[in-house]
Amino acid sequence: MNTPPRPTRLSGLEPLVIGPDTLFVNIGERTNVTGSAQFKKLIKEDRYEEAVEVARQQVENGAQILDVNMDEGLLDAEAAMERFLRLIASEPDIARIPVMVDSSRWSVIEAGLKCLQGKGVVNSISLKEGEAEFLEHARRILQYGAATVVMAFDEQGQADTVERRLEICERSYRLLTEKIGFPPEDIIFDSNIFPVATGIEEHADNAVNFIAAAKELKRRFPHSHISGGVSNVSFSFRGNNHVREAIHSVFLYHAIQAGMDMGIVNAGALAIYDELEPELRERVEDVVLNRRPDATERLMEIAERHRKGARNKDNGDALAWRELPVARRLEHALVHGIDQFVVEDTEEVRKLSTRTLDVIEGPLMDGMNVVGDLFGAGKMFLPQVVKSARVMKKAVAYLLPFMEEEKKRSGEASKPNGKIVMATVKGDVHDIGKNIVGVVLACNNFEVVDLGVMVPAQKILDTAIAEGADMIGVSGLITPSLEEMAHVAKEMARRDFRIPLLIGGATTSRAHTALKIEPHYEKACVWVKDASRAVGVAQSLVSKDLIDGFLAKVRAEYADVRERHKHRGTMKRLVSLEAARANGSKLDWSGYTPPVPRHPGITVFDDIPLTELLPVIDWTPFFQAWELHGRYPDNLTDPVVGAQATELFNDAQAILKQVIEEKWLQARAVIGFWSAARVGADDLEIIADGETVRLHHLRQQAEKPVERPNLCLADFIAPEGVGAQDWIGGFAVTAGLGIEQHLERFHHDNDDYSAIILKALADRLAEATAEYMHLRVRREFWGYAPDEALDNEALIAENYRGIRPAPGYPACPDHTEKQTLFRLLDATRNAGIELTEGFSMYPAAAVSGWYFSHPASQYFVVGKLTLDQVEDYARRKGWTRQEAERWLSANLDYDPD
Amino acid sequence: MSTALPWSNPARVATLLDALARRILVIDGAMGTMVQAHRLEESDFRGARFAGHDHDLKGNNDLLTLTRPDVIGDIHRAYLDAGADLVETNTFNSTSISQADYHLQPLVRELNFEAARLARAACAEAEAADPARPRFVIGVLGPTSRTASISPNVNDPGFRNTSFDELRLAYREAVAALIEGGADILMVETIFDTLNAKAALFAIDEVFQARGARLPVMISGTITDRSGRTLSGQTAEAFYISVAHARPLAVGFNCALGATELREHVEVLSRIAGCHVSAHPNAGLPNAFAEYDETPGHMAGLIGEFARSGLVNFVGGCCGTTPAHIAAIAEAVAGVAPRALPLAAVEGRAA
Repeated sequence: MNTPPRPTRLSGLEPLVIGPDTLFVNIGERTNVTGSAQFKKLIKEDRYEEAVEVARQQVENGAQILDVNMDEGLLDAEAAMERFLRLIASEPDIARIPVMVDSSRWSVIEAGLKCLQGKGVVNSISLKEGEAEFLEHARRILQYGAATVVMAFDEQGQADTVERRLEICERSYRLLTEKIGFPPEDIIFDSNIFPVATGIEEHADNAVNFIAAAKELKRRFPHSHISGGVSNVSFSFRGNNHVREAIHSVFLYHAIQAGMDMGIVNAGALAIYDELEPELRERVEDVVLNRRPDATERLMEIAERHRKGARNKDNGDALAWRELPVARRLEHALVHGIDQFVVEDTEEVRKLSTRTLDVIEGPLMDGMNVVGDLFGAGKMFLPQVVKSARVMKKAVAYLLPFMEEEKKRSGEASKPNGKIVMATVKGDVHDIGKNIVGVVLACNNFEVVDLGVMVPAQKILDTAIAEGADMIGVSGLITPSLEEMAHVAKEMARRDFRIPLLIGGATTSRAHTALKIEPHYEKACVWVKDASRAVGVAQSLVSKDLIDGFLAKVRAEYADVRERHKHRGTMKRLVSLEAARANGSKLDWSGYTPPVPRHPGITVFDDIPLTELLPVIDWTPFFQAWELHGRYPDNLTDPVVGAQATELFNDAQAILKQVIEEKWLQARAVIGFWSAARVGADDLEIIADGETVRLHHLRQQAEKPVERPNLCLADFIAPEGVGAQDWIGGFAVTAGLGIEQHLERFHHDNDDYSAIILKALADRLAEATAEYMHLRVRREFWGYAPDEALDNEALIAENYRGIRPAPGYPACPDHTEKQTLFRLLDATRNAGIELTEGFSMYPAAAVSGWYFSHPASQYFVVGKLTLDQVEDYARRKGWTRQEAERWLSANLDYDPD
Repeated sequence: MSTALPWSNPARVATLLDALARRILVIDGAMGTMVQAHRLEESDFRGARFAGHDHDLKGNNDLLTLTRPDVIGDIHRAYLDAGADLVETNTFNSTSISQADYHLQPLVRELNFEAARLARAACAEAEAADPARPRFVIGVLGPTSRTASISPNVNDPGFRNTSFDELRLAYREAVAALIEGGADILMVETIFDTLNAKAALFAIDEVFQARGARLPVMISGTITDRSGRTLSGQTAEAFYISVAHARPLAVGFNCALGATELREHVEVLSRIAGCHVSAHPNAGLPNAFAEYDETPGHMAGLIGEFARSGLVNFVGGCCGTTPAHIAAIAEAVAGVAPRALPLAAVEGRAA
């Protein structure tokens, strides 16, 4: 039968027409709270502006349809869907592509469809709940004007054989087209991609069946489409991304030939099929196509060898670049971050140059300009740039003596782009981000004076004057640092500074800078979102031509933010403290016996073997520190950042190996348990060494849907007088002891790259120590879950009983409570951790917090507070209202006077 | 949508489709321009019935259907005499959302019902005079004064001053009354924001379902300026794709631009649309005094070229056009073959 083509027509602001000639359609998957931890975090924390940026990246990276999913237990998914879709509707470069409204709940899908002016896609409907509901939803989809994904799922369950897939898809298709006239071209089948090579015999045909079903579906329903989530197929090779990628490309190669024409794909796998190493390809193909009974074993045999296989291909001509002319060799070394030959190449150029400075201003700067361009174009990533800088620094270090020599003879000096004084502010010890910015600026020929961490305002400003700096950059991670940054701004105004102040760090934001910092120093105050923006900002600020326009734009932008803030209206309605307390979680204590700790009092762990920590490391934040987003291990195969993430991961593994073998770092911990009771609404009273100590907590005030409580950590402890003796625990851990000498050595070698990796590793090890101790607390020391057995993913997903919230973080945002915690634990003596005046911990690689054991205890965000709670909290803490407003500034819902 | 439903008036639809197969049909011209010519005062708008109303009513042209039916009826007759095959009801602002500006929401049903009756009566007169020439009433659904996908507050892109459901309910009320009053066709027109239009189309379908019968639907968007996009940012093709699910009788563009500027967008629709195509542009772009001064002869020349190039099935005029323009346009397209429907669409229509 020869039917004329019926292209599928979708639209955002622009059309997307999928016809017979269309190649595979990529569906952007990162705006999905179930698939992206980063996106979920942004949505849960109400950071919609940044969530919109995730969508923008998806479009920039080539997504042709944007999948949006808000299915998360704690979210009001309908409201989140509506708000997010309305926001992206206002961004023409995002709204140009169609939206896929993704939810397992019809009400959420409908809320989404009501926000789409274009023709989008519903993901998904199925026969799971029977024909009547299936057709009712399909009719609605027709009325809203959308295409739909149909899952191969019916009243009996999910299809896993070819026959069941065909049976369900056929039945769905007939019902849709014959009963309600649904256009065949607007039907997209998702017939379930299941994993292969699981070791279970019934799974061996999973891919074969999908492909066979795809082929038959395409034959029977030529106008409809076939889609699916591809990464499922390689699930059993988690951890070995090279093999996973190979499985994806082989699977897609065959599935696309069979008729699959859309999908959520993680690897840029289509082009790679031909480049796969023949042995690997053959064995993967054996598995995917189930061509021999021992296919899985044979793939396992070679899988380990192929873990890093991606690089082997290049080795044959790995040194071919050495044949290039020397200037090109330097460029290659800078772009690829190879420092092996840089000294000899630099020397070769130097011998050919009349002045040593020409080497820097010539081939080296040319090479760094290439790096800068590639970085600016998004073709290089931060770790690469930092590596490039390492090469550059080595070359410059080699040339310095020669230049000193020449300078003595001629009196000339090189001129940098500009000079910046940078510091992590007083009370804060976090500097990974600041160091990255410093390196990036340095390799763009800025002279960076880095004052380190915990630097008081006066020292920053005195140094800026003494050095004749062109700008000042301050950074910080913890919330009290925001207050300190405002102080720096005030001081700059008071001392009549005129140079720009740059604001950066994880807790800073455009809104905070506009509202709380810039008004104190209006001359020039700029928030720098991340390291990738730093160069552009700094260059604009040192350019006579650009500075005025740039600052005018920034000022207007911040004025706009302030104006908007004034009229921010009722995005998040708050209730009074009294109402919030009345709606607290009411746990039933009558039938509950709180577990008694097996080891009450203090227990100290002097030297936790680092090898014990390795299995519980959560790697995802390690990559985030480098601005490589995405979830580990999937990010290692990401089409955009995968190669770079893999390289960084390998470098980190090498350093981690040394850390362990040569015992660079010491991990220490102290834990304690005390009997505790809730007193009043939001406080706890504990008995430690006969002394009564009060712990203070804050309560959510956001207006909640019915049956969702306004949470406060105190809710999770049995109140006085209910007859149940409850307990609370506390902990402080670090994995950063001993780090200084190694950082020093790296700095001495001009190797910031390794220094930053080491710091980030120490952070990960500290988090792992906290996770490891929490596990042992649940199993042994408190002992309420002696049989608990979870793998690392389950740990990261927090699938266990009890929580360990940290003061200064969302569930208990008051940093000053750390003081009580540290006193109870004697953490400085017992674990070697000090508390700064800003309540930041030193070493920075440290974690401290409380243990709660109640099965209902959970993490949450306290969020915004109104004046009544702030005043109440101040009374309980024995503070003035102003003190409370200072320490809780990030949470205030109002502008304090 | 509900293609399975029978036509509400199968004989009239058959007559319409027959006429469309043979020639280019002419829609009437501007209502507002013609009303202005009467230089009506507040008292004309109020009439005796609304003499004591609590809000100024001048400018609420739709109210004239009730207070000065003579003026509105004359305008319909003038366009029919000029050669229009279809006249549009005086209901551009007859939704509860737009009438709220005049505190007249309770009048919405009556405004739509009476406007359709008035137009129907004028058509009946014309058909009596020339039985060989059928005339049709287009029940007009305007864009309302609000937008569902654009924030009216530049500082808060997530804000909206209306919602899909609010629009849907408002349109539903208007649609039911237009049908009861005798509209032959419904037209969602002057679409700035496609999401508003989708709410209107949803409402139309709901009314059809409830009545168990349907009317032909026309959809006419507005390309707001030379950017070539609707106010809500869509290109012509994206706009068509977004409303095609309603299986309209015709899609097209009206208002904002003159024929010269509108041509390329009409051409896009002509190339991709599986249904008929309409165009009723303004009489040129407004001059320095915000008046439209393209002459009937000039405009008819431009529209005549649309016709000879096979772009259109319906032509007419929007802001600034008069019976003289419509007469000239009718003359310019007379005898020119209408745009042929794509084959697939013809097959689809048979269903």
